[in-house]
Amino acid sequence: MGYSEQTKKTYTDQLDAIVNAGLFKQERFIHSSQAADIEVEFPAGSVTKKVINICANNYLGLSNHPEVIKAVHEGLDTRGYGMSSVRFICGTQDIHRELERRMTEFLGTEDTILFPSCMDANAGVFEAILNQDDVIISDRLVHASLGDGIRLCSAMHDTFKHSNMEHLEEKLRLHADKRLKVVVNDGVYSMDGDMARVDELVELCEKYDAMLLIDESHASGFIGKTGRGTPEHFGVHGKVDIITTTFGKALGGASGGCVSGRKEIVQMCRQKARPYLFSNTIAPVVISGVLKVLDLLNESTELRDKLEQNTLLWRKLLTEAGFIIKEGTTPIVPVMLFNAKLAQDVSRDLYSEGIYAIGFFFPVVPNGQARIRTQISASHNTNHLLKAIDRFIKVGRKYEILGKTKEEIIERYGQ
Amino acid sequence: MPDSNEMKKTILQYVIDEYAEEDSGLTYDTPLISGGLVDSFSMVSLKRFLELKYKISIPDERATPEAFDNVTKIANLVLEFL
Repeated sequence: MGYSEQTKKTYTDQLDAIVNAGLFKQERFIHSSQAADIEVEFPAGSVTKKVINICANNYLGLSNHPEVIKAVHEGLDTRGYGMSSVRFICGTQDIHRELERRMTEFLGTEDTILFPSCMDANAGVFEAILNQDDVIISDRLVHASLGDGIRLCSAMHDTFKHSNMEHLEEKLRLHADKRLKVVVNDGVYSMDGDMARVDELVELCEKYDAMLLIDESHASGFIGKTGRGTPEHFGVHGKVDIITTTFGKALGGASGGCVSGRKEIVQMCRQKARPYLFSNTIAPVVISGVLKVLDLLNESTELRDKLEQNTLLWRKLLTEAGFIIKEGTTPIVPVMLFNAKLAQDVSRDLYSEGIYAIGFFFPVVPNGQARIRTQISASHNTNHLLKAIDRFIKVGRKYEILGKTKEEIIERYGQ
Repeated sequence: MPDSNEMKKTILQYVIDEYAEEDSGLTYDTPLISGGLVDSFSMVSLKRFLELKYKISIPDERATPEAFDNVTKIANLVLEFL
């Protein structure tokens, strides 16, 4: 045993510091399926409470959809539970390849490779396709998993100011001499809910001979008229070189992700991407579920249309009530509170009122940008949203923030 | 050879344009890396800017967070390689 008191203290000191900074993360135990109405045990050991969930990535409400569950049961019966292998040894079933083909079709790309998660897709793609002669130019607010993947790669890394195309163009000029250039963005930014300017990105990348990579995790399935994502929304479907996305959000919400794009890039990932090579294949039941999700999305746009309507209503209700929200059109709707303690207090009071919404503050978002991030789902009905706004207004009144400007809120609560 | 003060002014302006979102009152001695304004990724692009601007090559082992921690130190480093 090499776990001395001193070693233990090293960790307890760090954990204490996290607690003292008010940043200690605690899980809330959900005693039901993922849905608009859930039953939560929080804090641990307390009696469960029925709440409306407005913080899930369950954008299309497919996490608990009866047809998806049925397909998963059937998949379990015909393809079993696990594969006990990575893909290239004996972990590839016919349905894995079928899902890759279907995702290629869905995203309008040339080929697709599955990964255990989008985190893994992002962690593996850069090292597989770039080396020290190349440069990655990323938006400064890209998801942490992209940052991690970039760190694992020997290519030079530079950044541009969030959604600032002029700054990106300067960087493309600066790095014009590099062998390969990749511009990296989120399609939809998870904290602010804003979209990358994908049409302009495509244009700039074409002009400077750079590849474009977009993480569509918060877009696949519902952004764009048929849910194909931000490229569809901006009229450049099929023109993005590399798309990474997840099956853990709108596309069923279980797990798994992929890299989809140019054929050679996908082939390079299949040869070299370490999370693909050294991690288990996606469980067959998950594949069966995602295949059914794609069937549902191909049959009808009903769910993404419902989500769009819900989002419009929720944004309208919050604005009319006097909350400050981040403008936009996506179902990620941040309610700005600016002060970290206020965000925590409002989240706690909302929970008491039966609304499950989480406060985000530094370092997850920039200092002074604390907020409650709400996420709307097609599984919400109008009553859910009306009840939620009623409780938001009640809590908002308690803290006297309704109709107040950013400056007034900061003056009262600090930044 | 560029004047040292002129060089400091150029570098400071680059750092402000590149990293400071608002008027942040940066000076030649503001800690950039230990102060959290410039991260290690951004340091790479700062190094590349200096190399292209002053037509020099700064060896990686000299491009340390310490050597890049404020504008004065950066200018001194550049002067060494001119």
